[in-house]
Amino acid sequence: MAKFTTISSTLMPLPVNDIDTDQIIPARFLKATDKNGMGDNLFADWRYNPDGSPKLDFVLNNPAFLGAKILLAGDNFGCGSSREHAPWALTGFGFRAVISTSFADIFRNNSLKNGLLPIIVDVETHKSLFDLALEAPSAEIHVDLASQTLELPDGKKVKFPIDGFSKACLLNGVDELGYILGFENEIAAFEARTR
Amino acid sequence: MPQTLFEKVWNAHVVTQQPETPAILYIDLHLVHEVTSPQAFTGLRQRGLKVRRPERTVATMDHSIPTHDPSLPILDLLAAAQIKQMETNASEFGIRLYGMNSEHRGIVHVIGPELGFTQPGMTIVCGDSHTATHGAFGSLAFGIGTSEVEHVLATQCLLQRKPKTFEVRVEGSLHQGVSAKDIILALIARIGVGGGTEHVFEFTGSAIRNLTMEQRMTICNMSIEAGARAGMVAPDEVTFEYLKGREFAPKGVAWDRAVNYWKTLPSDEDATYDKSIILDASSLEPMITYGTNPGMAMKITGNVPDPANLADANQKAALNKALVYMGLNPGQSLIGKKVDVVFIGSCTNSRISDLRLAAGLLKGHKVDTNTRVMVVPGSQDVKKQAESEGLDLIFKEAGAEWREAGCSMCIAMNGDQLQPGQYAVSTSNRNFEGRQGKGGRTFLASPLTAAATAITGQITDVRNML
Repeated sequence: MAKFTTISSTLMPLPVNDIDTDQIIPARFLKATDKNGMGDNLFADWRYNPDGSPKLDFVLNNPAFLGAKILLAGDNFGCGSSREHAPWALTGFGFRAVISTSFADIFRNNSLKNGLLPIIVDVETHKSLFDLALEAPSAEIHVDLASQTLELPDGKKVKFPIDGFSKACLLNGVDELGYILGFENEIAAFEARTR
Repeated sequence: MPQTLFEKVWNAHVVTQQPETPAILYIDLHLVHEVTSPQAFTGLRQRGLKVRRPERTVATMDHSIPTHDPSLPILDLLAAAQIKQMETNASEFGIRLYGMNSEHRGIVHVIGPELGFTQPGMTIVCGDSHTATHGAFGSLAFGIGTSEVEHVLATQCLLQRKPKTFEVRVEGSLHQGVSAKDIILALIARIGVGGGTEHVFEFTGSAIRNLTMEQRMTICNMSIEAGARAGMVAPDEVTFEYLKGREFAPKGVAWDRAVNYWKTLPSDEDATYDKSIILDASSLEPMITYGTNPGMAMKITGNVPDPANLADANQKAALNKALVYMGLNPGQSLIGKKVDVVFIGSCTNSRISDLRLAAGLLKGHKVDTNTRVMVVPGSQDVKKQAESEGLDLIFKEAGAEWREAGCSMCIAMNGDQLQPGQYAVSTSNRNFEGRQGKGGRTFLASPLTAAATAITGQITDVRNML
């Protein structure tokens, strides 16, 4: 898995609550048997007109936010389906982090396995970040995972929570499957005990 | 220390718990389908790994398969390739597959219980959020992503943070015309689509005890729509009665031993939960959704809420957006709203008891001539059972379509879908934008409400027809 240490980026503001994974990547794009190309269909139904042309009023098509690596989303991001295609689409598009006040459990788990950092902030910080993105779209914020801080353009630092294991996995690019395979003896003993 | 049902099942499956680290949790049953597994098998091949416990792994095809005449070819080339890939993966890795030609094929959350794979006290996962369904048996069952599918295939284990517990106590008796679907929609409307996040529900109380297994499955199925990882119901005589004699349920002495163990699983009397809520079953009415997530639900006799009455700016914006998408006005009643399609199916409501309820109402009636009515059984076994009872004839004589088993219009991956702007009353679980087809607009409701609406072609309070 790709390591995550620090990023500096502008914000892509999407102030919608309860964005479900059907919006992040509609089900008709789940027929692929690999992970490639999902970024082109990220938010497909909000992003494209029926003829395939971009919807100019959707934030992903707004040149002012082009190149942002951080998605700033409304509350409870990623609810609904368990499809890992959602973080594949987000990372495929170029996002490295999503900021919200809360994340759905399965989406959060899936993101952490794909080097996509879910950042939880309090309601006030959340609001001030939206204000920042709309008033100064070119302003960058800095994310430092090791110290679990967001640094805003005015120098203000905000801590964000993440459990120690997930943090270590992201910082070191740890592959969880490799980690579990390391407990072969314990797994075999469990199977012998419960047979 | 007194324990909840969840804690008993969790503790029995912890392989190891290292400090400051998620537990390594052993998985008893891994259900696999064609859509969320191909990349996991690719991962195994790249690492040269095998499936650790093929006998604990069961695959089927449900999401992208057509529900038309099975002798016709699959026209969607991507879906056909995905189905072929599932066949290749199952055969190469030695996994039991209920494939296209299997007489037991069906929606993964319908066939697991039906064949007796799903049992109390088990840990069950699947790359599908509605895995919560299996919690109706007192198992800990939850949806996982494709990376985790690969982890379970390779190790039969998952790294899991221990969730918190949330008791949903439902007391009292349901009125006629009110069903399990209405209980779960009422819960989600009350606590919201994020209300259960980081928690596992345990459904308790007299109303839950009085439900059949199929009704309990409907409730547990939609736990994820409130954000909960899983929903559980303590196993009891209803559970044992359902399981006894099923193909993969224990037999003979093993059955007796299993039942003795299962009887130890219900939460201890003085066990405590991190959160709790009480619902009064007798105050419930048939429910219907008006918005674009399952929490935007109300009593069928209610009026669409007005965003102007919401204090929170984000909630106001969300409701506004939903009503624009749905083409609805604040304050309007949904009763009498014309619909284009009625869909009876999905892992929430496609079991034989759901079809019996719908057929019971449709018998001797014709469906509205301007409404397409699709009935999609949850499995080929459900289909056979329905046909042996003559339910298929009732549906067909009423003018409804009687189709082959699959997820169908719940997820609209197989060509069964709404056209842009169309309205549907659906017994499925998600009314997200575009869920049943791009631009389609979904009202979630019970099979009874769906059948009543099929007859009139407009949203109907089934209690007026009983």
